[in-house]
Amino acid sequence: MPLLQIDHMTHFFGGLRAVHDFNLEVVPGQVRGLIGPNGAGKTTIFNLITGIYSPTEGTINLEGDNLVGLYPHQIAAKGLARTFQNLRLWRHMTVLEHVKQARYSKLKYGLIGAFFGTPRRQREEEQSDRIARELLELVGISHLADQVVTNLPYGAQRRVELARALAIEPKILFLDEPTAGMNPEELDQMMDIIRQVHNELGMAIYLIEHRMKVVMELCQVIQTLVFGEVIAEGTPDEIRKDPAVIDAYLGKEVEF
Amino acid sequence: MAATNNNSSPVRRRISQIFARIREPVSGAPLLGWLLGALVAVILEQLIGLSLARMLGMSRIPALFGIVIVLQKPSLIPSVILYDLLIYVLPTYIIAWLSTAFANWSAAKLLNFNKWVAVLVHIVLIYAVLHIWCDVSDYRLLVVRLILVAIIITASLNVINGYMGEFSCSHPGFIALGAYMASVLTVGLFVDDNFYGPALLPTNLGHFLFPVILILGGVVAALGSIIVAVPSFKTRGDYLAIISLAFMFMVKSLFENLEFVGGARGLGGQPDWATLPVVFSWTILSIWIINNFVRSTFGKSLNAVRDDEIAANAMTVNTRRTKMTAFLFGAFWAGVAGGLFAHVIRYVNPSTFGIQMLAEVLAMVYFGGLNSIQGSIVGAFSINLLSEALRPLEIYKWLIIPLLLILVMIYRPTGLISFTEFDFMNMIQPKRKTKEEVEYAAAAD
Ligand SMILES: Nc1ncnc2c1ncn2[C@@H]1O[C@H](COP(=O)(O)OP(=O)(O)O)[C@@H](O)[C@H]1O
Ligand SMILES: [Mg+2]
Repeated sequence: MPLLQIDHMTHFFGGLRAVHDFNLEVVPGQVRGLIGPNGAGKTTIFNLITGIYSPTEGTINLEGDNLVGLYPHQIAAKGLARTFQNLRLWRHMTVLEHVKQARYSKLKYGLIGAFFGTPRRQREEEQSDRIARELLELVGISHLADQVVTNLPYGAQRRVELARALAIEPKILFLDEPTAGMNPEELDQMMDIIRQVHNELGMAIYLIEHRMKVVMELCQVIQTLVFGEVIAEGTPDEIRKDPAVIDAYLGKEVEF
Repeated sequence: MAATNNNSSPVRRRISQIFARIREPVSGAPLLGWLLGALVAVILEQLIGLSLARMLGMSRIPALFGIVIVLQKPSLIPSVILYDLLIYVLPTYIIAWLSTAFANWSAAKLLNFNKWVAVLVHIVLIYAVLHIWCDVSDYRLLVVRLILVAIIITASLNVINGYMGEFSCSHPGFIALGAYMASVLTVGLFVDDNFYGPALLPTNLGHFLFPVILILGGVVAALGSIIVAVPSFKTRGDYLAIISLAFMFMVKSLFENLEFVGGARGLGGQPDWATLPVVFSWTILSIWIINNFVRSTFGKSLNAVRDDEIAANAMTVNTRRTKMTAFLFGAFWAGVAGGLFAHVIRYVNPSTFGIQMLAEVLAMVYFGGLNSIQGSIVGAFSINLLSEALRPLEIYKWLIIPLLLILVMIYRPTGLISFTEFDFMNMIQPKRKTKEEVEYAAAAD
């Protein structure tokens, strides 16, 4: 059974049909890519899955549970974690606080613990501290743990977002253009980190990318989206050769 | 020492050198040493304060460091400065300096023994200093209790406006709800008065139940806050500010029209139960709980909601629950503070809880510093002192405080001390060890 199954998802912004008849099956541990020109509706698909918008039509199921109509925090707590195309960090919080914050749904000490600092709170906060530091280690920024995020270079901020998403212990990790704005060196590092995260934690990954190199090297299956519709789906080799893809997208602006 | 940056003027460099030299001897003094110094200072004032004041040409001990006198009789400014130096600054400084070794050693011993005992000893010392200081005049006693209440109010407003970053104007409404609830219970049930008639229950029982009464006031304020919290799910910024302002006026006119609580005439005759130890204990308790909360991951959710709500949601934070908690929690403490306030002043009146109080509480939060317990304490303290100092200028006070607020917003938009963590356990730690201290500790052990 697929982990995530989306059937016939369509979404309108007013009169604009941003996504049309979108279907998706993600199996555990799979790495999938979503490519397409700017404005094709890729980010909208992420926003629909993670509950920021509700689809006009269609169904979204995670392990058989319907996700449509749930609040974003509920969907996230079920194991769908994401990063954002335009970074969304908390500007007054430190790196460590970012990652610990994403443990919110895992904490059980409640308001009594928060008000009175019970031993249980001590225990749970210490545990989440440990997990957060491990994740920072994994993405290579443990030395920045106590820095406020606004002081960090762009590449490091992207890693904070990644570590924060991982703290949810996701079943599927959604990465919205994880290498946007990076130079070639940072890009290689980010690809290594994504590979390593996948190797060590083994969750499924669904990533939106602009750079062909990234999707072609990382993904097992790629979908191409144009004007809200999937025009091709297949392995990197199939996508590379697909005449519709070349015609609509690749041939014009991107080379391999 | 005093390595300031190169482009500062020679005068500034000289001044910072002087300050560094003054700070040097006491740089190793722990909080315990400073508290011992303050204790000596307030005892000294009891012993020789009056004679010194007379010698310097003042008729009485200056009540609030002389800030009130300064505006009335500017000619006394040198006397006031001299008095403050001789009575407060020098003794505190000298004792903190001389006791450094002993204080560091005792602080370490205490912390080793039990950290809660160590905290308690420090709190008791702070109380002792306040108590002795207040012994000198009833006016001081009143002002100190009002400042302690203001600290609760400021910290609780900071939860909503600072930690969660909503511009809420409803705090006077919450304070009023707590003040009236507590007053109706104490005046109505436990004392003989003209308005509600003879006491229905023994006064002693009421004294005993006073904490429960204050908590009930807090609960009523928290319930009232739901009216503001629910719209905050959907709206932020200006709209929420307007809704919360409307709430404040609603509460005010509610009490103006409720004859049951005295209407516009107000309600008096509250028993004198908000004594210094009572108010002090509530302030400590509220700071402890508020600080615990804002340092937990649940409390940090307020910051996440403030800085980016969509990201907070995507990271599993239940933002509605977070907002509801912040409002209920902030309003609860405002209500408790309201109950205390009513029993310090021993009279409440709807017009107390209007736009002037709003200006004052906002000034305390935004001047002191957003997202900070230290800032809340500093804000409550300084705005209250200022407000007392400006009391003779009644009308101008309402020019100067808003003006101050505007200046702060321009030059330090987040306030004096903002975005800090308050770690009392860290504050009471012994400071660095000098050679003498090591010897002292060896000898004492
Ligand atoms: N909240 C919104 N309201 C209206 N239109 C939107 C909204 N979000 C996205 N769109 C539109 O939907 C289309 C798809 O946008 P998006 O999903 O961001 O594209 P991509 O991520 O593929 O670049 C664009 O035409 C965009 O203008
Ligand atoms: Mg996009």
